[in-house]
Amino acid sequence: MRLCRWLVGCLVLVSVVSVGSVVPAVADEIVIGGQCDRTGPTKSVGIQLCPGVLDYVKLVNKQGGVKGHTLRYIEVEHGYKVDRGVEAYERLKRDGAVALLDYGTPIVYALTPRHMEDKLPGLTPGFGRADSTDGGRYPYIFPMAASYWSQAGAAMQFLKEKGAKKGTKIAYLFYDNPAGREPLPIFNRICELEGYECRDFAVPAPGVEMASQVLDITRRMRADWVVGHLFGNAPSVSIKEFQKNGFPLDKVVSLVWGAGEEDMKTAGWDTAQGYLGMQFAGVGRDFPVIQDIIKMYQAEKQEVPEYVGWVYYNRGVLIAALMVEGIRLAIEHEGLPVTGEKVKKGYERIKDFTLGGFLPPLSVIPDDHEGGGWVRIYQTKGEKLVPFTDWFRGYRDIVLDEVKKAGKAEEKK
Amino acid sequence: MINREAGVFQTSYRSDMALYTLPLAKMTVWATLGLLLILPLPLSLAHNAHAMSIVNTIALAAISAIGLNILNGYTGQISLGQGAYMAVGGYTAAILSSRYGMPFWFGILAGGSMAALVGTLFGIPSLRIKGLYLAIATLAAQLIIEWTINHVRWIGGGAQSSIYVDTPTFLGLAFNSEFRRYYLILVFFLLAYFAAQNLVRSRVGRAFIAIRDRDVAAEIIGVNIFKYKLIAFAVSSFYAGVAGALWTYYLRIANYENFNLGVSIEYLTMIIIGGLGSVLGAVLGAIFIKLLPIVLDLSVISIAKGIFGIPYESVANFLANFQLLIFGALIIIFLIAEPEGLARLWENVKRYFRLWPYSY
Repeated sequence: MRLCRWLVGCLVLVSVVSVGSVVPAVADEIVIGGQCDRTGPTKSVGIQLCPGVLDYVKLVNKQGGVKGHTLRYIEVEHGYKVDRGVEAYERLKRDGAVALLDYGTPIVYALTPRHMEDKLPGLTPGFGRADSTDGGRYPYIFPMAASYWSQAGAAMQFLKEKGAKKGTKIAYLFYDNPAGREPLPIFNRICELEGYECRDFAVPAPGVEMASQVLDITRRMRADWVVGHLFGNAPSVSIKEFQKNGFPLDKVVSLVWGAGEEDMKTAGWDTAQGYLGMQFAGVGRDFPVIQDIIKMYQAEKQEVPEYVGWVYYNRGVLIAALMVEGIRLAIEHEGLPVTGEKVKKGYERIKDFTLGGFLPPLSVIPDDHEGGGWVRIYQTKGEKLVPFTDWFRGYRDIVLDEVKKAGKAEEKK
Repeated sequence: MINREAGVFQTSYRSDMALYTLPLAKMTVWATLGLLLILPLPLSLAHNAHAMSIVNTIALAAISAIGLNILNGYTGQISLGQGAYMAVGGYTAAILSSRYGMPFWFGILAGGSMAALVGTLFGIPSLRIKGLYLAIATLAAQLIIEWTINHVRWIGGGAQSSIYVDTPTFLGLAFNSEFRRYYLILVFFLLAYFAAQNLVRSRVGRAFIAIRDRDVAAEIIGVNIFKYKLIAFAVSSFYAGVAGALWTYYLRIANYENFNLGVSIEYLTMIIIGGLGSVLGAVLGAIFIKLLPIVLDLSVISIAKGIFGIPYESVANFLANFQLLIFGALIIIFLIAEPEGLARLWENVKRYFRLWPYSY
């Protein structure tokens, strides 16, 4: 009984504190927000990506904010669950956020109708729906980085430049869920166009067992190239499997979520030598923005975390930089107070935004919310990722055609 | 003194068989119904769609939890497939509404029926296996249904395996705000709750309980356990299908990733915490499991910032995992305090007030 009373008392205290936790927005402060997954299936990405966003916002505030206004970034943990993602969206909307990061492809799908209704722009870089490239159909969803379709197109372009011709055998190894299957139409179309011999291999969730698929690719099919679209724990397993079967890793190109330093570390740096990974933001520490962040840590006498400069951390910085740039353009051209609609117009004005070489020359227009679909390939050498190509994109016409087809299919329904 | 049956005389069979016989119980239920009906008003005046969205999520979870309780708590058949049946209901409703233009109420009923069909199919093994073995068989249901939706284009609608539906409308009124969607969900929640309360008091419900307690004895006295087990699976999956279809209309999208194995286990947790074998328990369990992570998320961070003055960035990882830790610890503590769940705690409160101010 005493335990019960103590329990009820604790719950009451917690509820009271949580209700009183609604912090009203200070006038002159711009609120932005996003969800984060630090505890769920993509936590290996989240624990680097979300600090990247927070650090960049802190840097901007230290440098005087956006046109004099401080930024407040509210991060809500959702554990990659859709219902918590919806609650996070409603909470951020209540707290007055004008720009949001939607973390996770299923969450993007679930929140798209709400973004349209509430006129709040959502950023979904490197994941989300590929057909949201069409800003006419989805005015409030901004991929702002190569979608899965563009990544597939770029991968095939890279293979073509590396000598793939009619009859070359290309294997597509992917995680068997909607995000993994999304590039399949592009892949199949390009294979048909170029006369490659292509096969796709699905890895069932949770993606830690792919011995039979890799055996098939390396011994039975004897593929010349492998395009990999794995995430979570799967990439490191795939690296080990390929190495076990003696398949040269410099013939494996991974799409953007399969080439993080943690994946290499787990597989073993010497195992992963030569592995090619696609990135949509610069990797490493020698970019002015990353150096500024390091200086900020040093000025506060804090140890610079190991992951500063890593793949996923830099993507977090990219996300925050895009939000800040959108808000800056919104204030410049549309004036205060900042609302979701103005930030949307601000996003659509982003032109040649490279942040000192950190990003490709992004140009977002109302018809192309992707910014061009630029990627860059990095290779694992030693214990780092070194650039292998410059910024490029591929088969843009096919990608845009698929976007148009998807739009017509939605309209017919 | 407050909760006494003394002085309450029933004068007809009809009033004797009523769900709530005590005047106090009747008043409480009517008051609760009234509160539920006017709940959106203060929230919409405060422009707090966030709180409304939490209530909506809880109501949706409660419908499915009631269904799982009928199967697991009243009939004793452990089922790990609740999420998959919700997905079946959701996709049925989405296909009917988006491709064939059916109204939402048809989609919900059809979703429930389709899920009932599929659930009965996967419930057939229950005639030969019990307990943990049945749990594994229903786990197969979860995985098979997920795979089917992912790979069969006609069901899943393409590579993305998600189908959009338009905002449901009723007599010209579109359910396009959290407050309106609340009423849509409330209607089905109340139907689900009272139907379940009446089901478990009926002959069918008693057959369920007999099967749970001692199925060999039930079979000997003439309860057709084949038929009643299948009915239990059908009813439970119907509830799940309705809940899944409502999720589709609530989110305006059907995506099977919303209904994975973690969701099935979450519903099992809900009914265990709430109390197996009690319809109110399922609702209380749904409230507990859905509300607690949000409350923890809000309070742990504000306690850390307010009382300890720690900025969010430096301890974000720790706080996120700490919430999970507290969540698990609270589940364990609640089960130690009252193994029979929250419904039993409520029963204890009622029993206390039955004798109050005396203690025995």
